[in-house]
Amino acid sequence: MMEGESGMTKALKVERKKKGGFFRDVARNKFSYLIALPAILYVFIFSYLSYPYMALAFQRYNYKNSTVWGVLFQGDWCGLANFKFFFNSQNAFRVTFNTLYLNILFIITGTVMAVLLALLLNELRSRKFVKTTQSVMLFPNYISWVMVSYILLSLFSTQYGVVNQFLRSIGLSGVNWYTNAGAWLGILVVMRIWKGAGMSAIIFLASIAGIDTSLYEAAAIDGANRVQMMFRITLPLIMPTVVIMTLLSLGKIMYGDFGMIYALVGDNGTLYSTTDIIDTYIFRALRQVGDMSQSTAIGLFQSVIGFVMVYGSNWLARRFYPDGALY
Amino acid sequence: MKKKYTVGNFLISIFIGLFSLMCLLPMILTLMVSVTDEATILRHGYSFVPAKFSGYAYQLIFRGGSSVIRGYLISIFVTVVGTLLAVLITGLAAYTLANKNVRYRNALGMYFFIPMVLGSGIVPWYLICTGLGLRDNLLALLIPNLMFNTFNLFLVRNFMSALPDSLHESATIDGANDAVIAFRIYFPLTVPALATVGLFYGLAYWNDWWNAIMLVDDKTLYPIQYLLLQLKSQISMLKDLQYLSGTSAATPPSESLKMATAIVTVGPIILLYPFLQKYYVKGLVVGSVKG
Repeated sequence: MMEGESGMTKALKVERKKKGGFFRDVARNKFSYLIALPAILYVFIFSYLSYPYMALAFQRYNYKNSTVWGVLFQGDWCGLANFKFFFNSQNAFRVTFNTLYLNILFIITGTVMAVLLALLLNELRSRKFVKTTQSVMLFPNYISWVMVSYILLSLFSTQYGVVNQFLRSIGLSGVNWYTNAGAWLGILVVMRIWKGAGMSAIIFLASIAGIDTSLYEAAAIDGANRVQMMFRITLPLIMPTVVIMTLLSLGKIMYGDFGMIYALVGDNGTLYSTTDIIDTYIFRALRQVGDMSQSTAIGLFQSVIGFVMVYGSNWLARRFYPDGALY
Repeated sequence: MKKKYTVGNFLISIFIGLFSLMCLLPMILTLMVSVTDEATILRHGYSFVPAKFSGYAYQLIFRGGSSVIRGYLISIFVTVVGTLLAVLITGLAAYTLANKNVRYRNALGMYFFIPMVLGSGIVPWYLICTGLGLRDNLLALLIPNLMFNTFNLFLVRNFMSALPDSLHESATIDGANDAVIAFRIYFPLTVPALATVGLFYGLAYWNDWWNAIMLVDDKTLYPIQYLLLQLKSQISMLKDLQYLSGTSAATPPSESLKMATAIVTVGPIILLYPFLQKYYVKGLVVGSVKG
């Protein structure tokens, strides 16, 4: 994804040795720097300017420290009080566990399903069939999670839902799905696969397409059958892509999918025990309780662990496959 | 290499076919509910084959002045304007990152890259947005979060880096400055890449409700996705909708109306489907698999 980033520091050192400093370079390429300015400013304002605000995690929020200047110089410091409040509550463990657990479930089931689909699609020879099924499989990827929540409603609505109709038709009683926290683990996992597996499968399929066909020809001469080729050639050769994709997802494991969880579960408190994640918790603390400081503190906790995870997973990726690292 | 059709192949086809069908069926169910007569839903529940059809929900939605129409127009406006600006900002910065005359292009790349791995949470972002006055207005839907994406920047940068240096050199000798070279030479040559990120941005804008939930309280500014989210939980919204559409039916067709509103949000995606298949998938594959 980010070729050119590797070996960056080395490149920088070499470049600095050339004559002329930064400002001379700007003067020489003024139009080039000028047209990049909107993007530079955008990132500066929405990303770099946001870093000083992280100090808010150690302050009590009031109208004064709502600006960068205020948060740095006029803050009402309170030490670790905001963190203590969060970590002493039952919620800290619950939302952290749910975030990690859901993400691990998503990564494992999503990867297995996507690899399976890719391997199977690769076996099919009818171009028309493959193209058509692929197009259909990608459709859920494009729609919003809000739309998905309506699809869920038509399936699982207690009164009118198709699933309950089916249960009643075979003599069972309908289940009140929207109060059944345990069932939602399964529902979330299935919906995640439903929405994302088709797209991931295509990424793996592209990786399969890059395999040297002479390997299969040689194997065929040696008398290998299709199943053996799948497990002895295709699967081992796409493993680097699989591992890298998995490690990249592992790097994001502290970040839950707010769009998914909030759209599907919303403010349904009876489901929080299995579905409430760090991101939805911060959202409620900010938008519904209005506790800026505590929200910042939880956000900082998430960012710090998140950064360690990204860094660690990338380090692992680089160790296994030097070309596969993100940076 | 010739491969024979076998029983295994047949089973695989069945599995793949079933999976694709499962991707489509729930959508069809939602579509069918949206055209079901309300009384039929109340009596028999949702069904793939409704006993009685009715287009009443769509009539209500498309009657002038309904909040769905307004949300739709807001979403279209934000998506079109936002996507154009986002592609422009991304393309221009990508040109600079690909321009080998710019000595600090790698440092600039690093500047863009750091925020990708080091986040600061939503509160700082929220305070910055409100501090800039991005609150309860169209700009709040347009600017934050969506107008620039670093992943897209590097995608376009990689395409532009692959163009031969001689293009840039000869244009410079002819007296063109970097702004002219970017617009007149690099952009036309990287149309597929720009189309790809355009679709990324466009889809993100169309499906977005984050900016609305965080920064917009004014109901008249709700984009269609956020309206849809609200509609699920709030019966009062439905009454609003009906009030605005100027009907006074005794029972609002709330079930079919909900599903009909959900279905119309998918419209533009179906419209753009051929382009999504062509550019979106390719871009994602290029972005994910290296080498």
